Amino acid sequence: MTINTSTTDKPRLVVVGNGMVGHHFIEQLIEQGAQHQFSIDVFGEEPHLAYDRVHLSEYFTGKAAADLAMTDGRLYDEHGVRYFTNSQVVGIDRAAKSLQLASGDSLPYDLLVLATGSYPFVPPMPGHDRDNTFVYRTLEDLDAIRDCAKQVTRGTVVGGGLLGLEAANALKNLGLETSVIEFAPRLMPVQLDETGGQVLKEMIEGLDVSVNTATATQEIIDGEQAFHRMNFADGSHLETDLILFSAGIRPQDALARQSGLEIGERGGICVNNDCLTSDDSIYAIGECALWNGRIFGLVAPGYSMAKAAAAHIMGDVDKRFMGADMSTKLKLLGCDVGSIGDAHAQTQGCKVFVYQDELTQSYRKMVVSEDGKKLLGAVLVGDNSYYDTLLQYYLNAIDLPDNAQSLILPSMDGAPAALGVDALPATASICSCHNVSKQDISDAVCAGALSVGDVKGVTKAATGCGGCAALLKKVVDNELLALGVEVSTDICEHFAYTRQDLYNLIKIEGIKTFAELLQKHGKGHGCEICKPAVGSILASVWNDYVLKKEHIGLQDTNDRFLANMQKDGTYSIVPRIPGGEITPDKLIVLGQVAKDYGLYTKITGGQRIDLFGATLPQLPEIWEKLVAAGFETGQAYGKSLRTVKSCVGSTWCRYGVNDSMGMAIHLENRYKGLRSPHKIKFAVSGCTRECAEAQSKDIGVIATEGGWNLYVCGNGGMKPRHADLFATDLDDETLVKYIDRVLMFYTKTADRLQRTSVWMEGLEGGLDYLKEVVIEDKLGLCEELEQSMQHVVDTFQCEWKTTLEDEQALKNFRQFVNYEGGDANVVFVEERNQIRPATEAEKQQLIAKAG
Amino acid sequence: MCEQQDLIEGAGIAAMLDGQQIALFYVPEAEQKVFAISNWDPIGKANVLSRGLLANLKEQWTVASPLYKQHYELQSGQCLEEEGVKITTWPVKLETGKVFVACK
Repeated sequence: MTINTSTTDKPRLVVVGNGMVGHHFIEQLIEQGAQHQFSIDVFGEEPHLAYDRVHLSEYFTGKAAADLAMTDGRLYDEHGVRYFTNSQVVGIDRAAKSLQLASGDSLPYDLLVLATGSYPFVPPMPGHDRDNTFVYRTLEDLDAIRDCAKQVTRGTVVGGGLLGLEAANALKNLGLETSVIEFAPRLMPVQLDETGGQVLKEMIEGLDVSVNTATATQEIIDGEQAFHRMNFADGSHLETDLILFSAGIRPQDALARQSGLEIGERGGICVNNDCLTSDDSIYAIGECALWNGRIFGLVAPGYSMAKAAAAHIMGDVDKRFMGADMSTKLKLLGCDVGSIGDAHAQTQGCKVFVYQDELTQSYRKMVVSEDGKKLLGAVLVGDNSYYDTLLQYYLNAIDLPDNAQSLILPSMDGAPAALGVDALPATASICSCHNVSKQDISDAVCAGALSVGDVKGVTKAATGCGGCAALLKKVVDNELLALGVEVSTDICEHFAYTRQDLYNLIKIEGIKTFAELLQKHGKGHGCEICKPAVGSILASVWNDYVLKKEHIGLQDTNDRFLANMQKDGTYSIVPRIPGGEITPDKLIVLGQVAKDYGLYTKITGGQRIDLFGATLPQLPEIWEKLVAAGFETGQAYGKSLRTVKSCVGSTWCRYGVNDSMGMAIHLENRYKGLRSPHKIKFAVSGCTRECAEAQSKDIGVIATEGGWNLYVCGNGGMKPRHADLFATDLDDETLVKYIDRVLMFYTKTADRLQRTSVWMEGLEGGLDYLKEVVIEDKLGLCEELEQSMQHVVDTFQCEWKTTLEDEQALKNFRQFVNYEGGDANVVFVEERNQIRPATEAEKQQLIAKAG
Repeated sequence: MCEQQDLIEGAGIAAMLDGQQIALFYVPEAEQKVFAISNWDPIGKANVLSRGLLANLKEQWTVASPLYKQHYELQSGQCLEEEGVKITTWPVKLETGKVFVACK
């Protein structure tokens, strides 16, 4: 590789390292327009551009490298930032202000930013470098671990800290019998106290992961029953096939060290509050930097450093790095763990409240100041729902309420006492990943961001780890209220209820018609908002024929005529083709019908065939032929299941691992009758190549070696959203059960015309909450959800078949009540050998000619 | 024009009146039980208003166009969203089970 250095007169800014912090730094530079003042180059040692290391483990549960990527390079390209992956910088000549690259090239710099991160510490015991020993930091590490895990049965993690337990979870997910070895007397010694560590240990052992604390490994030698034997200081030993070292991190300061920058006693590049090193043209940020004798091994402080350094470079001297809060909450092996501030109660004179429930395995501790007024720290194991409130008391030094212990006691109605967001000061940090304060959110709302989604877009709050999403929603709602913006959730002027309220009223009171609902709970006579919404709910709950006399006036034109109205008032017809699988005979029927009626014919994006240009009276005639040939309505007109897109799967494809075709047809036939708040699209892919694009669908299913991975709430179209991985390696039965529950919970709780993607964005508690409802049955709803779905499945009818048998319904399809002719305004012209609606100009011409 | 039983309660049907397309709405709750308006949606530029949804907004009877959802007042033909847009309406009479529309 040759790097051209003569392209610019601008000063050269070079960033070494392209991890999360290095990338965030570039984002900050671009945001502040630094690319106009500097020529910017970025060097990364890894083959990939920056990716999300915080969620690295999801690489094992279905996410691909591209899913974890923080950029595909487009941002850099668009702003003229040059980037070089696989490019190691091997030396800095500070006197000459130039960098040496592994390739032999050298490159001058004016300003240099070191974002070299850290490397995993491997205890230097004999045997630590044997085969089948790994660390857990890069995608390449994970590839190597996965390859090895396929051959073996037992895996051991050395290190019981945060990263070690994360790694243990990964080994367990790879199907290994998993052990954890921790040198300290308890798990997560940095974040947890002794009891907390003990409770966590018991919880984790309950998940079939064996845990050895206070255990020092002396050497690793050949095993007898397994690949390795680990000999411990107390004379005992453990046999295992795979060893993963996760015993902490060390700052990657080699480059700084050999160039003579000031380094801390135990490593780390010394920086000041501007993140400047001892050389005033070199900055260091992230895990390689040592600030006030501290290394910060979390991403949020790294981001703060990136902001401070970028601001300083751009001449803003106010945004200095002033340290960072190291409080954390996480889910490790499914167990909630939280740690705030002085978790070990080391503050002089502090007092402690403790709550422990051995039955449900939860432990909570609050550390308060001597006078009991301020919260100094906390430890949570087993239930993190207490975390947000405690963190706000801690971060903002808010005076604790009387009976402060109630903050960690289970409340009688099950929910912990929350801190009203009103009580938070303007400076309260709401999102620590992106350093967004309550004031920032208030400013965004005042500037016109009137929804959580808008505020997220403007401030980036809740787009890092996402832990603050619920709190963000409360703050936004509170700000809107304060602004006097009426947050009316009434569906329209006729019902002072949300869609969810109406759903519950209809279901609980057994209401069967719009008139009955209006009489009991509404006023006036209804409108085009409430009528279709109620029509849809009635169909979701009771699944009556939608063209019954009492329902017909509720249906939008598409539902009323069971076809899709086009711009000229004609309709298109979409028969169901489950999974896109169709026999040649049926294909011929479609072709013949289209030919007979002169319909414009097109393949849809959902693997079906759309026939355009049918007039009202033609609809029943055409359907008569289609039903006779075995077709059913495709409900392309309804807010209901559209298609289940599929690849051919293992039946034909040499890469397929399961029968995606069979599953797609099964799912399409199961859910085809469901009327929902908005349309629903599915896809099933037969392997991780994902040809069916399931991750852009409301419900996406991808075949794995172990069953099916289920994705939910994705969307393509106007506002694409990548679906969330909901559950992995499901068998057929569990897959269907989860889909039943997710869809019915959506149908029950979403707003009208709200796609699953938007529903998920607004769902308080987000994906984790949905998992709790659907997988853990937190609300005790699952049985009801399944029954509701089964009712819809059992009462399915093809609406076209029913209509053809109903004399009264057929009268509906007359063009005119008193005249047999057609609509003279419907005029077609030919284009590419098919019809299309004539334009206004063409109609004028035709009229002129005829005249 | 047609029999009363040809009408659909709470919805519209199309009819032909002297070569013009009209939409007939049967609204049992309203004082004037049947309304006749032009079937032509001047904004969507198609004969579709008979296929729109009836909406009672602030006690006014309107139909929402199935194409782009503008409301037209059944009594006056006024479009609620576009001040300058107004469609033709006709007086209607319901007598002995038959629907009569006054020609203009």
